[in-house]
Amino acid sequence: METEITTPEARTETLTINMGPQHPSTHGVLRLVLELEGEVIMGTTPVIGYLHTGFEKEMENRTYHQNIVFPARIEYLATFIEETAYCLAVEKLLGITPPPRAEVARVILSELSRIASHLLWLGSSALDLNVSSLFLYTFQDREEILDILEMVTGQRMMHGYVRIGGLQWDMPDGFEARVRRFIDHLPGRLDESDRLLTDNLIWRKRTEGIALLTKDDALRYGCTGPIGRGSGVNYDVRKTFPYSGYDQYEFDVPLGKNGDAFDRYLVRMEEMRQSRRIIQQALDRLPGGPVLVDDRKVALPPRAELVRSMEAVIHQFKLVSEGLHPPVGEVYAAVEAPRGEKGYYVVSDGSNRPVRVRVRSGSFNNLQALPVMVYKGYISDVVVAVASIDIVLGDVDR
Amino acid sequence: MSRAAELAAQVRGRLAETDLQLVEFRDETTVIAPAEQIIDVLRTFRDAPDGTPVLTDLTAVDRFPAEPRFEVVYLLTGYAPPVRVRVKARLAGDTPSIASATALWPAANWLEREVYDLFGIRFEGHPNLTRILLPDDWGGHPLRKDFPLTEEPVQFINHVPRIPGAIIPKTPPRP
Amino acid sequence: MAVAGPAAERAAADGEAAQFEKRVLTTTVDRMVAWARRGSIWPAQFGLACCAIEMMGAAAARFDMARFGSELFRASPRQADLLIVSGRVSQKMAPVLRHIYDQMLEPKWVIAMGDCASCGGVFNNYALVQGVDKIVPVDVYVAGCPPRPEALLYGFMKLQEKITRTAGRR
Repeated sequence: METEITTPEARTETLTINMGPQHPSTHGVLRLVLELEGEVIMGTTPVIGYLHTGFEKEMENRTYHQNIVFPARIEYLATFIEETAYCLAVEKLLGITPPPRAEVARVILSELSRIASHLLWLGSSALDLNVSSLFLYTFQDREEILDILEMVTGQRMMHGYVRIGGLQWDMPDGFEARVRRFIDHLPGRLDESDRLLTDNLIWRKRTEGIALLTKDDALRYGCTGPIGRGSGVNYDVRKTFPYSGYDQYEFDVPLGKNGDAFDRYLVRMEEMRQSRRIIQQALDRLPGGPVLVDDRKVALPPRAELVRSMEAVIHQFKLVSEGLHPPVGEVYAAVEAPRGEKGYYVVSDGSNRPVRVRVRSGSFNNLQALPVMVYKGYISDVVVAVASIDIVLGDVDR
Repeated sequence: MSRAAELAAQVRGRLAETDLQLVEFRDETTVIAPAEQIIDVLRTFRDAPDGTPVLTDLTAVDRFPAEPRFEVVYLLTGYAPPVRVRVKARLAGDTPSIASATALWPAANWLEREVYDLFGIRFEGHPNLTRILLPDDWGGHPLRKDFPLTEEPVQFINHVPRIPGAIIPKTPPRP
Repeated sequence: MAVAGPAAERAAADGEAAQFEKRVLTTTVDRMVAWARRGSIWPAQFGLACCAIEMMGAAAARFDMARFGSELFRASPRQADLLIVSGRVSQKMAPVLRHIYDQMLEPKWVIAMGDCASCGGVFNNYALVQGVDKIVPVDVYVAGCPPRPEALLYGFMKLQEKITRTAGRR
């Protein structure tokens, strides 16, 4: 008797996989729902909001001065840049400019903050691709930047040092020497990382041609920062819409050619070197003088004045108990953060609290392009894509 | 005259039937457009020579209790030459809606979902208008002015509980 | 040459007992288990917000949490003893956090790292859980916004003390 052999009909179906919100390589609490066909990704749905903190609502219910607390906590890797961004917006609303010394100091500290953020990115994304030693090296350098920031502001991360109209106090003695010492040894350290990664076969195989984003897509999704520039979009807020006197510094904007994860890596490495160049120029021209604007309606009077002048006491009392009152209007001030354009849109109705503070975050727009980057790629490359975007979930969810 | 103001004037010239108001404040140009024609206005800005091909931001402002209470704000940017224009449309009522800009920019997708989530403004023609930041079963739209901040009182001097937001009270607007 | 006699025998026995005392420690099983647990607390790799960066700092080269036996951050909650809630917990995240805590095996401990996890911190609004102790039991609260890595290490050592002290009572 002949038995008929039947094979079950081959059936294909897409597999839905959940990644996160607690996952070692999502850099926080990002959740991805992946549609897989075998190992190939056919669809990605990022689910965000796990770190939604209600910053914008909170800022509507505080005075302009109280709000300085919040920006650093939105994007907690480049804290100094965040604070500067918010204060720039309020300064624009008030129509004031901080004194030259404050502006140059802001540039120095912002660029240090950018280097710290990129170093953290370098370490943690290398960790994602299993180059664990680099994490220890980059954190070593980052600690040095945090030491400088702590020396100036008193806090390692959440400085609260920028004021509307300048800075809280002057830099301490030895600040310049300390920064110079750091930037002198930085290139050597970056070269070490370069040697570990750029010539590393595994690193190149895992990043080259992975997580591609074309220039057109980068524009359509509003990608900025190293993501946009990695794809060849020549946009750096410091060059295009200069603030804090960035137009007076000489620096280059590195651009990528292919728009893959490797290009983003190269762009960030070069940005750190350019930041160093800016710091050098800024240190050479750091002028003397006050660091806070001399406007009693905006900034607190100096302590010595309080014992001599009744007027100063009244100003102090008004500023502390009510806060400042900007004119009616709305402004948008943007800075170049390590994760793209960071903008604060502040609407004032003339009272001591803003009507609306909108935080335009780079990570939000950049993350939106993730499904495009990983489409038809392999599931193991999702980790590379997420790492190359360098998201901060606090910045995405706000 | 700034580049943005020039561009806005040029767009106003091209859309003769549309009532566009131009506002200048601190060297920033704001164009207030009627909500019905918003897509036309945005497209004209996007496609204008030396225009603003990038949607940088899309958000809303609630001016409760004033009417029309909502403003949908589009921030448009051109990189080369640098130009930045803000386009606004005003919406009235508790259940406002406006046309979706997702056909013009895919970037508008999440931004509109965020505005829907936090303000409750509906975007007609949006492919997937669901909550994005808050849990799906959340009630209300937190960035509306009539949604409370829901602060818990915190113990202050002499252990008297106070609401943090009430420590420096809001002052009336000054001219 | 050995000397015979009852006195000599007693002296030999005493010597043996002294040797024994020197070489053998006596304790209770509970204490020994607590000692072992204290020396190898594996935290769950669970970063939420700003404090997670300082937590990474504590694990990195300068602060080197490995000195206290807990450099091994486990990606799976099933292999972890300690949940460091490093940052603010939103209403959306709260069920996930509880889920992770429930997945961890006993005995397990929780450190609320930073002001947000301890009490809500500077945020007092609709979106955040005002203190993670409303969701999971907390053993040690570490103050600071964010706490310095030293503060986290101090909190960690307090937890070690607690584990030693409460041996057998769990």
